[in-house]
Amino acid sequence: MLSWPVLISQAFNGLALGTLLALVSSGLTIILGTLGVLNFAHGALFAVGAYAAFVLLQYTSSFVLAIIVGCGFMLALGFLLERIIIRYFYDRPHEDQILVTYGVGIVLVECVRAAFGGNAQRVPVPSWGQGATQMGFLIYPTYRLQLIAIIAGLLLSLYLVLYRTSMGLVVRAGIENPGMVGILGINVRRAFLLVFAIGVVAVGLAGMLYAPVVAVTPDMGANFMAQSFVVIVLGGLGSFPGAVVGGLIAGEIISLTSAFNSSYSEVMLYALMAVLLIMRPQGLFGSEGRA
Amino acid sequence: MMRARSGGLRGWLPELAVLCTLIVAPIVFPHLGFSTDLLTRVLNWGLIGLGFDILFGLTGLLSFGQAAFFGVGGFVSAYLLVSHTIDSVWLALAIGTVAAGLFGLLVGWFAVRRIGIYFTMITLAFGQMAYFIENSPLSDYTGGENGIPGVPVPVLGFGAHAIRISAGMPMYVLFALIFFLGYVLARRIVGSPVGVILLAIKENTGRVAMLGHNVPAYKLTAFVIAALYAGLAGGLLGSFQSYMPPDAFSLETSGQLVVQTIVGGAGTLIGPLVGAAVWLWLRDNLQLIPGFAILWKLVLGIAFIILVIGLRRGICGEIAHWWNERRNLAAAKAAEAKTEAIEAHNIDAATKPVAPPKDVRLTLAEPMTGDSDIALEAKSLARHYGGLKAVDGVSFKVRRGSIHAVIGPNGAGKSTLFKMLLDEVSPSSGEVLLFGEKVTGVGVSRAAQLGIAKSNQLNQLFPNLTVRKNLRIAALARSRGPMRFDLLRDAASIPEVEEQIASILSLLNLVERADTPAHILAYGEKRRLEIGMALATSPNVLLLDEPLAGMSPAERVATCAFIRDIGRSRTVVIVEHDLDAIFELAERITVLYEGRLLADDTADEIRRNPAVQDAYLGGLHAHEPA
Repeated sequence: MLSWPVLISQAFNGLALGTLLALVSSGLTIILGTLGVLNFAHGALFAVGAYAAFVLLQYTSSFVLAIIVGCGFMLALGFLLERIIIRYFYDRPHEDQILVTYGVGIVLVECVRAAFGGNAQRVPVPSWGQGATQMGFLIYPTYRLQLIAIIAGLLLSLYLVLYRTSMGLVVRAGIENPGMVGILGINVRRAFLLVFAIGVVAVGLAGMLYAPVVAVTPDMGANFMAQSFVVIVLGGLGSFPGAVVGGLIAGEIISLTSAFNSSYSEVMLYALMAVLLIMRPQGLFGSEGRA
Repeated sequence: MMRARSGGLRGWLPELAVLCTLIVAPIVFPHLGFSTDLLTRVLNWGLIGLGFDILFGLTGLLSFGQAAFFGVGGFVSAYLLVSHTIDSVWLALAIGTVAAGLFGLLVGWFAVRRIGIYFTMITLAFGQMAYFIENSPLSDYTGGENGIPGVPVPVLGFGAHAIRISAGMPMYVLFALIFFLGYVLARRIVGSPVGVILLAIKENTGRVAMLGHNVPAYKLTAFVIAALYAGLAGGLLGSFQSYMPPDAFSLETSGQLVVQTIVGGAGTLIGPLVGAAVWLWLRDNLQLIPGFAILWKLVLGIAFIILVIGLRRGICGEIAHWWNERRNLAAAKAAEAKTEAIEAHNIDAATKPVAPPKDVRLTLAEPMTGDSDIALEAKSLARHYGGLKAVDGVSFKVRRGSIHAVIGPNGAGKSTLFKMLLDEVSPSSGEVLLFGEKVTGVGVSRAAQLGIAKSNQLNQLFPNLTVRKNLRIAALARSRGPMRFDLLRDAASIPEVEEQIASILSLLNLVERADTPAHILAYGEKRRLEIGMALATSPNVLLLDEPLAGMSPAERVATCAFIRDIGRSRTVVIVEHDLDAIFELAERITVLYEGRLLADDTADEIRRNPAVQDAYLGGLHAHEPA
């Protein structure tokens, strides 16, 4: 029989995983919603983010500084990818978009492998996140607790950018009807460039923040990408609130199922996705317009 | 690209070429760095690729979950053999293949209802699900991360005379034989009516449904075929390396298949095999070069991106394209020149002064109907979009054998009304009866099978297919019904269908253009083909949505004569802005205004109706508050 403390600690694990998935998926979903591109390089970008943290932490002792520089790097990478490849695919069929981003993913992962080898790397936990925190009957690693707070803050700021700035308004209008936004005389292409880069930064940040918790390998992103697909289907394709709620639900499903039988945790997640696609293909928050 | 066989030895050329290559390969290729084992592996990938190409290259459905079927086929076969449930490797392979097919049926049933991104994500999710099921809940049977070792090799014959098909050359011969049979079968499928319809689905899914084909059933067929091929290849893999690895199920495997298919050329059947040869050769040979060991996949990834950006046809596709281009250059030039001539001089083969009335007789019979005198009846049809009432409670009857027109100013709701008549748009309320049978709610392809066809305001052709094939896809819908599994029959071998195509070609005056791709046709010709496709389904009721739009005066005269010819043998409902043409053609006219029925009367009465005149001149607005 399961004890309450085990269940609660699993729920907490679910929250930690869920917020992370929410951040990864929000990057995926704003790119999909605005540009109509399902980014199959998303998993690779997660790994690139983690390696960016790994490299930068060797040059600076400040985790915060490393993250900030890493964000700059991811932003530049996002600009570069959009300019040289992605923007030529806005008018091509979805299949081509999927294929080319999948190819970009392969190249990114192989570049990382060529530079750092295939072995797992360790990224140290920042000094302010060492140790564990006593929370009533539950003892929880401090960094993981902080991670929940940091990512919640990041999601909030992303929300503010999307919903409280004029650029965000353009982006959200672009999700609804990119053609109309262009007719109104707004430079949609520049908004697209920015959205893609923000999406890349979001997933890169997730990779950087998560790096101290896991083994950093070139292929670490693949599973996250598959899971974030589930999340955006759950939340509705292109919906930012959907990605956040969907991420939390997915995280809890994986963690709580593990409390009962760990071998079913991932199976449950994909089974849920299948059921949802049949019962409610538009997801929790979305409308099935963009597919 | 895929072509229907053209009869004789020439039609078998691809099969012969593949057979020769398979025979020569173990002699020649080892000098190029392909060991016999590597060639066997390439054939294994090629075998999955045959099925995948029918799904992706032919039907246009991009699956990222083929590993699931590869794995199911492999693990079912391997488990049956290693657990000694079954001792015959052949039987185990067959059961594994069927198991993969059944799993394909289950996954496909969910997946084919969705399109584009959704389809790809569903297949990916099921692929991942299969991977995790193999890895944990079923690990007692599958060995989890360890896989199943000790899978036996196939044995030919019985008792003392039995020959074990051991690794190396015997195994290659077995794989080559199976691949060849698989290839011949796949070619038959591509050339069958099912294959032709699958290709049409890739070109224009909506039109295939509107012609009366059951699109989800066809997509499901392609999906199961792909799963069966993958399952067989999975079973063979276990036997070949005496070990069934768990990574057969991984996302990586599905991705590798997709990349190989693109590199080799989608839509060519052997493309995936060639792609696999490139992939495995790079992996095995670049690793031998110092410093390159880790870079082989990077090289491949860059090549893949370049292919997707620039050379979308892949290696085999580009070769086939170049070959066909060279062979058909003269014909293509001539066809384009003719189009230019028609468009420049605005004369058309159809423009003959006062063509004598023709009889529209079609080989394929229309569906049986009741003997009611009313062909089509709309009962208080309404369609609301939010607050906008596009159509608001419109009722009218169309008499059997008449030409009935629906007119009204822009925004009157004509097109929406028309779409509801064949259930293309479902009404908010009200219903449509075809000879007393309810059409509303049955879906557009069932409506077509009931005998209602529509030519669209904007052409909905299969642009890359020839005029003949466009018509064939339409005629097949009547001769075969919504779905049939004639996978081995030649699509062009059904006499009634070919007769039907011939008579429609001559009615449309497109005989000379029969083998021209539809996208090359002149505008007027495309419009005629659009009507011809609807007619080729032998409908009882033919709906024409602005058939004259964009036509030159001469073309209008010819098309009006053509419509009158059709109207002598079947019921025609027509939406058109050219009122002169309408008053000349129609017996009865329904007038819509702002979504409501304004008048429904004979042509003469409508002409005299003051309300109709006001509606067209905008007079009604004068009485309404601005």
